[in-house]
Amino acid sequence: MQDILYKRAFSITDLVSQLSSDKDGVKILAGGTDLIVQLREGRRKARALVDIKNIPEANVLSYDPGSGLTIGAAVPCYRIRQEAAIARYYPGLIDAVELIGGVQIQGRATLGGNLCNASPAADSIPALIVNEATCTIAGLGGMRQVAVEDCCTAPGQTILEQAEFLLSLHLPPPRPRSGAAYLRFIPRNEMDIAVVGAGASVVLDESSTVIASARVALGAVAPTPLFVSEASDYLTNREISPQVVREVARMAQDACRPITDLRGTAAQRRHLVGVLTRRSLEKAIQRAQGNI
Amino acid sequence: MIIKFFTDLNLCEGKSYMTKKIPVETQINGEEVEFLCEPRQSLLEVLREGLGLTGAKEGCNNGNCGACNVILEGVLVNSCLVLAVEAQGKSILTIEGLRGVNGLHPLQEEYLQQAALQCGICTPGFIVSSYALLQQNPHPTELEVRRWLAGNLCRCTGYDKIVRAVLAAAAKMDMEASVDALVSWKG
Repeated sequence: MQDILYKRAFSITDLVSQLSSDKDGVKILAGGTDLIVQLREGRRKARALVDIKNIPEANVLSYDPGSGLTIGAAVPCYRIRQEAAIARYYPGLIDAVELIGGVQIQGRATLGGNLCNASPAADSIPALIVNEATCTIAGLGGMRQVAVEDCCTAPGQTILEQAEFLLSLHLPPPRPRSGAAYLRFIPRNEMDIAVVGAGASVVLDESSTVIASARVALGAVAPTPLFVSEASDYLTNREISPQVVREVARMAQDACRPITDLRGTAAQRRHLVGVLTRRSLEKAIQRAQGNI
Repeated sequence: MIIKFFTDLNLCEGKSYMTKKIPVETQINGEEVEFLCEPRQSLLEVLREGLGLTGAKEGCNNGNCGACNVILEGVLVNSCLVLAVEAQGKSILTIEGLRGVNGLHPLQEEYLQQAALQCGICTPGFIVSSYALLQQNPHPTELEVRRWLAGNLCRCTGYDKIVRAVLAAAAKMDMEASVDALVSWKG
């Protein structure tokens, strides 16, 4: 690996001041499962790394029925999977977290890093989007909140400014009769990068037969994870039926912009978007109805 | 006992770097260990090339194969994806630390008994990973073993013998625990 400097930040203000005075091309180190490999292989450049694992707010993992779920940017996946409340109230998030690497990767990898790495195929990002997650970004001017779907701008690029960093992710508390799911396609059973990923969430009305609101998001079929806002507009106040679910799958196929690469062709990806959107929406509805 | 390693790791590679080396204090396999390293060096590199702990292997060096698995603060990690400087103040368990006073760990015995290896490069990582599994889940099902070990790759044997070895070790450890309980009850 290229020669680098290593620094630790111990507080938010410490990190902001390190970032704002940086002339080295500093990169933020959380779990390092992407960053260390990229530096070693020369795919990203940095003169210095600043480790955020000693910032208390970046290590917070807390669920509260009133305020929801807060996941600090330095919280590794294994901690998320240990929390029974998260498995119970955010199964659509756990669908994605379980898919990220093996046990050894989950011991280090963070959702904050998954988002900041901004891979179009990141598994957690569509799941965060359908769970209406927001980012808390710290910088010189204090904190700002940004919806996860507005965070990635291109492969490997985010809206973060030079003196800014992602401090935590926040998911609102689950509403009654709500459900979410995330599915991905890979050509084997485990340990692979998504050819296509699709997430869906719904909130049902009191009859549990009409959708009050819904969200659909896709991975690996555009330069960034894709929030399909047309699906939300279409599904609002719509009665659940197989035709409605198929129509949403078609809308997702229209919205996606897949490319052909080593993992799959554009045509295969567009086909998979239809299948996975339908299945994840069905699963989200079943969870909202309390059937699974 | 405090073991201090101030080996010049730069000289190992016959190069010199501008970056200042950083002292790191850790506990490795129960011993206090202090070493100097460059920030760019992985924990795996320092374990193998600086500290002579060559059990953990470099397979892919990018987090895919699990041959470098160690347990850091009780958590299974790929040591190729941890910077050695990140180990400051932390405890590390490597394959070298698994052997007890009475000899090989039951997992090591069962990997031998079941012939769960051929070339052996992946084996330390598999055993450390299996150890982490049994710490967390002493009675895993075959499916749980297979899922847990999905991040460890073997290119020789296939996985059946490995899975059998882990299940046999779990049963053996269970039996030993029962015998210990009986002995202490009678004693």
